[in-house]
Amino acid sequence: MQHYNMNLTLKVWRQKNNKVKGHFETFQVKDVSSEMSFLEMFDVLNEQLVAEGKEPIAFDHDCREGICGMCSMYINGRAHGPWHETTTCQLHMREYKDGDTIVVEPWRAQAFPVIKDLVVDRTSFDRIIASGGYVSVNTGNAVDANALPIEKQKADESFAAATCIGCGACVAACPNASAMLFVSAKVSHLALLPQGEPERKTRAVNMIKQMDAEGFGSCTNIGACEAECPKGISLENIARLNREYIGAVFSGSAQG
Amino acid sequence: MNWKNYFSTSIGRKLIVGATGLFLISFLVVHCYVNAMVFWNDGGKHFTEAAAFMGGNVAVRILEIGLFAGLIAHIAQGLMLWSQNSKRRPVRYEVSAGNKTSRWYSRSMGLLGTLILLFLILHLYHFWAPNRYGQAFDAAWREEDLYEKMAVVFSEMWVVIVYILGCISLAWHLMHGFFSGFQTFGLGTHKYKGLIRSVGIAFAIIIPLIFASMPIYMHCVGTCNAH
Repeated sequence: MQHYNMNLTLKVWRQKNNKVKGHFETFQVKDVSSEMSFLEMFDVLNEQLVAEGKEPIAFDHDCREGICGMCSMYINGRAHGPWHETTTCQLHMREYKDGDTIVVEPWRAQAFPVIKDLVVDRTSFDRIIASGGYVSVNTGNAVDANALPIEKQKADESFAAATCIGCGACVAACPNASAMLFVSAKVSHLALLPQGEPERKTRAVNMIKQMDAEGFGSCTNIGACEAECPKGISLENIARLNREYIGAVFSGSAQG
Repeated sequence: MNWKNYFSTSIGRKLIVGATGLFLISFLVVHCYVNAMVFWNDGGKHFTEAAAFMGGNVAVRILEIGLFAGLIAHIAQGLMLWSQNSKRRPVRYEVSAGNKTSRWYSRSMGLLGTLILLFLILHLYHFWAPNRYGQAFDAAWREEDLYEKMAVVFSEMWVVIVYILGCISLAWHLMHGFFSGFQTFGLGTHKYKGLIRSVGIAFAIIIPLIFASMPIYMHCVGTCNAH
């Protein structure tokens, strides 16, 4: 594709901390290369702001190769921007053309309070994991891969669920700000494997209780999460979480 | 955890909405089957017999209590989820994804359900309350002929329009609700989801279409008799 430069108008959410109200600020960014990533474009803008003696825009990022789950911008109404199964860091400026206006907001959810500007506090996800997303068996050293036979289909489904990077796009995209896709991925990758068996009857219940306590909404099967997930986590995982929950409710040995 | 706690989590509440929703779907099939007898071109003979059987049968009356309990649970839990979920994003987005990531009717179940409830109040007032009230409180009660009643009620054009709008709301509500109920019970698996979605779409179109054609048909019957 032909390389080109563009001038853009950016409307970015600015907020000092979660105690004060935020507002939009408008910036002009000049000579943005079509080969930049979206975050590189923000780097250019921030250098410009620093040079002007202004406060740079705070945003989350780490690996910048689409695998860590840190970047988290809500771009023109879409979590991680308009590209399918793509994180913000992998969104490239060739998506835009000269003169475009881009509105950038943080993930908005009661359970994700804004820390600063576009950075939100996603530790609610960590507390959900801590409430049940673990195995208590001592796994010791890495054993031979064939020592514990696992059906291919289950291993594949478990792996697909485990690709969840916990970025929170599902929450950001959900009209109810529900974390069900995230929780369902975390429950699924353990529920499908024998190592996850000991806590199976309590895991789903405990993680759902924590999800509710954190102030996430409930799932009404709208499907926006699946459409926006950068890792393509399927709604089938939510169906599995529901089955796990029902299994726990009607099991005689449930303690959760 | 005890039973109450299991059913007051977010999934627990949804299980109630889903279970009652699927129960109400089964009711729609029976209701539609019985009422479709108005289409026998026999001056309502078949329909009146069926309606009298449904009205006078003890088992049906007992099931009816379950139906109302299910309806109330569905409405109460549904509205509760709706009001809780609407508070989960205190600061709204400036730009929303709209229909790019989901369907409008999936996001509007609370609104569609409320429209159906408003229609239902009028509907019960027309066709359910008179006979049931008489049955319970009036010693001299004689079963009201529902076929006649339909012809009279649906001779009013505005009533026909309100009933059609009710059926349209029901269609969109089912378009999401049919699949959603099965998904809540964990049946939205790779193997079944395509089938459930297809059957759901067919159900959401066919059943409300049959219901909507009843007031139109009876409007014609009523106005023909008047002339």
